[in-house]
Amino acid sequence: MRLGYLIREGFRSITTHGFMSFATVAIIVACLIIMGSVSLLAMNIDVLIKDLENQNEIVVFVDESLSDEAAARDLQRNIEAIDNVSSAQFVSRGEAMNNFMSKYDATLMEGIDEDVFRHRFIVHLNDIAYMSQTKTELEAIRGVAKVNAHLDYAKNFVTIRNVVTAVSMVLIVMLVFVSFFIMSNTIKLATFGRREEIAIMKMVGATNSFIRLPFVVEGLALGMMGGAIAFLAEWGLYNLVTGRLVNSAAGTLLNVIPFRNVALELFVVFMAISILVGVFGGVNAIRNYLKV
Amino acid sequence: MVLMKNVRKVYESSNTVALDNVSLTIEDGEFVFLVGPSGSGKTTLMKLITGEVRPTSGKVVVNDFDMGTIKRRKLPKMRRTLGVVFQDYRLIENMNVYDNVAFAMRVVGAPNREIRTRVPYILELVGLDGREKRMPGELSGGEQQRVAIARALVNSPRMIVADEPTGNLDPVRSLELMLLLEKINEMGTTVVVVTHEKELVNAFSKRVITIDSGEKTGDSSEGGYYGV
Repeated sequence: MRLGYLIREGFRSITTHGFMSFATVAIIVACLIIMGSVSLLAMNIDVLIKDLENQNEIVVFVDESLSDEAAARDLQRNIEAIDNVSSAQFVSRGEAMNNFMSKYDATLMEGIDEDVFRHRFIVHLNDIAYMSQTKTELEAIRGVAKVNAHLDYAKNFVTIRNVVTAVSMVLIVMLVFVSFFIMSNTIKLATFGRREEIAIMKMVGATNSFIRLPFVVEGLALGMMGGAIAFLAEWGLYNLVTGRLVNSAAGTLLNVIPFRNVALELFVVFMAISILVGVFGGVNAIRNYLKV
Repeated sequence: MVLMKNVRKVYESSNTVALDNVSLTIEDGEFVFLVGPSGSGKTTLMKLITGEVRPTSGKVVVNDFDMGTIKRRKLPKMRRTLGVVFQDYRLIENMNVYDNVAFAMRVVGAPNREIRTRVPYILELVGLDGREKRMPGELSGGEQQRVAIARALVNSPRMIVADEPTGNLDPVRSLELMLLLEKINEMGTTVVVVTHEKELVNAFSKRVITIDSGEKTGDSSEGGYYGV
């Protein structure tokens, strides 16, 4: 079998069946853009929820027995040693009083000593789903007087996050199936017109692999083309939409994922799906015509 | 060489008996007309020879391959010993004359050097020299059938099987084509022509095998069609 000839045949076929090649690439691009957009939306929602979660902080009050600031600061190591703690920021009683006075009417605090306030730590968690467990671990540290945590808020956030994750996963899985179905049917349609050509090849004594290889080359090339175009289109589309969103009034509060952070993963996934669909779709589509 | 012994072919999907108890032998170098009315089983007999269908019972041997037991992966090798010509030419529309013929050589892995010398020779043999660059759509029916014969011939097969090769041609072109097949036969290739054209069969003094309602009803060495 002459490999060079078969590879050339695969590429030649793309131009000789120009319209069907165009239709195949267009369907691959459309399906990948829909899939990619839903995935990017889900990823951004996830980041948004995580941002909101991080704003949900735990306040750890230091026991009165550790009135000395240096001794109170020493607790930081013990707090940060807990797995789920992402950061712990020390706030002295003086700073706590100033914060309080800046938020409320300062005259209320006239003549009150800062000793009324306790040293404290503002603690952020890695995952608020484990807030209750972390609260118990913080309370167990010697020198901690009290831990204030909004467990009900945490519970709500976790519920929202789980629902969003489940919905986006279902959507993505459904889209993957629908896309595979549409893409493989387009390829089937594209090869249907070539069943006569395949029958002739069989009749002159072509082996199945001789017939299949140009289809593999063609599927690979069309798949790569579709994947690359879809990636570039998704890039442009994402930057356009997120650019407008960030520049809008509501958008200033949002923290969108920069495209470059997901570009490599997206490129790999797009190429893998499109090549897989192109090659296996093509080979699968001609399978029935080879049984002559 | 074709050997058929007590061959029965039933299409299970429609429960149709296409051939029943057919026995025949075609020796190397023979020229045979296979005749019979439409639906008589001629095409099924041809498909048994090309390996498109398998016998329900009985024995079919083509060029030393047992067609009843041949493995699917061995079919290409068997088909390379045959040249098949169809009524509707079955040329690849987006390939020119040269490539349609060269294609059959590429399939069997022939080197380019050999293709470059063999294809022009075959095209000249069938009277198509100078038409190498033409596309099938630019040729007449007779010319297209000549391309199909050139493609069937290019790998020097032991046998050429032609299914109604003159079905789409006028009488003059039909006669020319049969003369070409006769010339090919004289060069040593076995030729089996499936047809139902009485005049054409009777114009040549060749062996005629008659099939009717799935059975072999006649086999005469220099016969005519229906004894005409």
